[in-house]
This record gives sequence, structure tokens and C-alpha cells, in this order.
Amino acid sequence: MSLLKIFDVAGSGMAAQSARLNTTASNMANADSVANSEAGAYRAKQPMFSSVQAMVNGQMENEGVRAMGITESQAPVQARYEPSNPMADADGNVWQSNVNPVDELVNMISASRSYQNNVEVMNSARQLMQKTLDLGK
Amino acid sequence: MIDKPDPLLGMHPQALSLWQRRAEIISSNLANADTPGFLARDVDFRKALTAATGALDGNQLPMAATESGHIGGNPAYAMADADKLAYRAATQPSMDGNTVDTQIEQAQFAGNAIHYQASLSFITAQIKMMRTAITGGSS
Repeated sequence: MSLLKIFDVAGSGMAAQSARLNTTASNMANADSVANSEAGAYRAKQPMFSSVQAMVNGQMENEGVRAMGITESQAPVQARYEPSNPMADADGNVWQSNVNPVDELVNMISASRSYQNNVEVMNSARQLMQKTLDLGK
Repeated sequence: MIDKPDPLLGMHPQALSLWQRRAEIISSNLANADTPGFLARDVDFRKALTAATGALDGNQLPMAATESGHIGGNPAYAMADADKLAYRAATQPSMDGNTVDTQIEQAQFAGNAIHYQASLSFITAQIKMMRTAITGGSS
């Protein structure tokens, strides 16, 4: 148990939130992507967060968070009739991504706020450590 | 870590290590602010400090026990109980089962940092006092 562990915990939070920002960026970039089949259409991605638990002195304690993996949105993908598009299938349809830009923006704001929170925690811990090092001066 | 109250520094080293532990737990709550199903936790500070300093709470008397296994009769049980983390009561339940309220956690973390610094300054003051006693105030 030490203040040093806070750096690990806050760091894991920052890593998880930046993974979330990364998927959001990918989703936003692919919001207008089209594909030539339903299966090939881009689906919005989301990281799955899970807390890291460890046994300390006989009880479960949290040691931060991690992104377990990436899930894809199950929302239906829409076909758009666009025979002139080189990506169009035999029926003249292109398949659009199921990205909802509003959801993605909300996710982006939430992720960056959470990231900032973790940075603040790290800063406070750093200051406390500095003060501890100066103990007795 | 110092595990007994020190005649020079009193209970402050124990308090310091508890504030440290609490900072860690709150930082973990904040890191998991977006984890589905995560339950925010915290330390019962009064209980933990009482156990750490070995001092009895002013409000309670030790229960008489005729067997070492009697609940409440064995201080080791009270100690083990005090070390356990409690779950924070959810103020605004969310759909994914997460009970972390970022604002509350931030406020607690800030308050915790102030308390930590207070304990630090108590220790610094004690050290300064001892230094004055040793040097006769000439340094």
C-alpha cells in the first residue's frame, strides 16, 4: 500500500479512457463509410471496461480498470440505393455504417472528462508524495 | 510501516498510512467511474484508525468474554472487521449498476488529501519540536 499504487490505478484509468477515445475516433471517422455487403458494413465499436481485482490480505481489492475487449454495436445497418457508387452490390445498394454521431460525441466528452479526472488524481498523488518527501524540513 | 503508536509522533504515522490507503481506494473508484457494475468502496476511517492505534473507541467498552472465540471478545476479530472495505451507498443509481458518483469521489479525494497534509504537518511540527529540544533552539 503506497501512494505509488495510485499512479498505477490512475494510469490504468487513463489507458482505458484513451482506448475509449480511440474507438470513438475510429467510429467518427467511419461514420460515412459504406460497404458492398451487410456483413461488411462498419459497426460502431465500444471497449468493454472491467475492474481489475486482486486478493490483498484476504479481501478483494480493486487495482484499477482495463478495457477487456471491443464490442460491436448490434444496431441494424441501413442499405442505401446508390447504383452509381463503385461499392454498390448487384441490387445497386451500398451498406452504411450504424454509427450514431450523437452517441459518439457524448462518449467522447464522457471519456475525456474521465481521463481528466484520472490526471487530476495523479497530480494530487504526486503533490502528496512531494510533501511527504519534504517531511521534517 | 510503523505499527504501534509512537511516543514521539503519536497516532499520526498510522493516520498517514490510512489516509494513503483511502486515497488509493478513492483513486480506484475514480478509475472505474465508467465500469459497468462497479461498486464504489471506502474505508470506515474511525474503525480503521481505532484498530490501527490499538486505542479503544471512547464510546465502547470491551465485552467480557469467557472463551477466546466469543464475538467481540477477541480484539483480533474487531481488527479484521475494521480492515474490511465498505460499499458506498448509491446516491444516483445508474442503469449499468455502477455506483461511482464522480463528484462525490472527487470531493472525498480532495478532503482526503487535505487530511493527509494535516497529518504530515503534525509530524513535521513534532520533528521541529524535537530538533529545537536537541539543539536548544540555536539551529
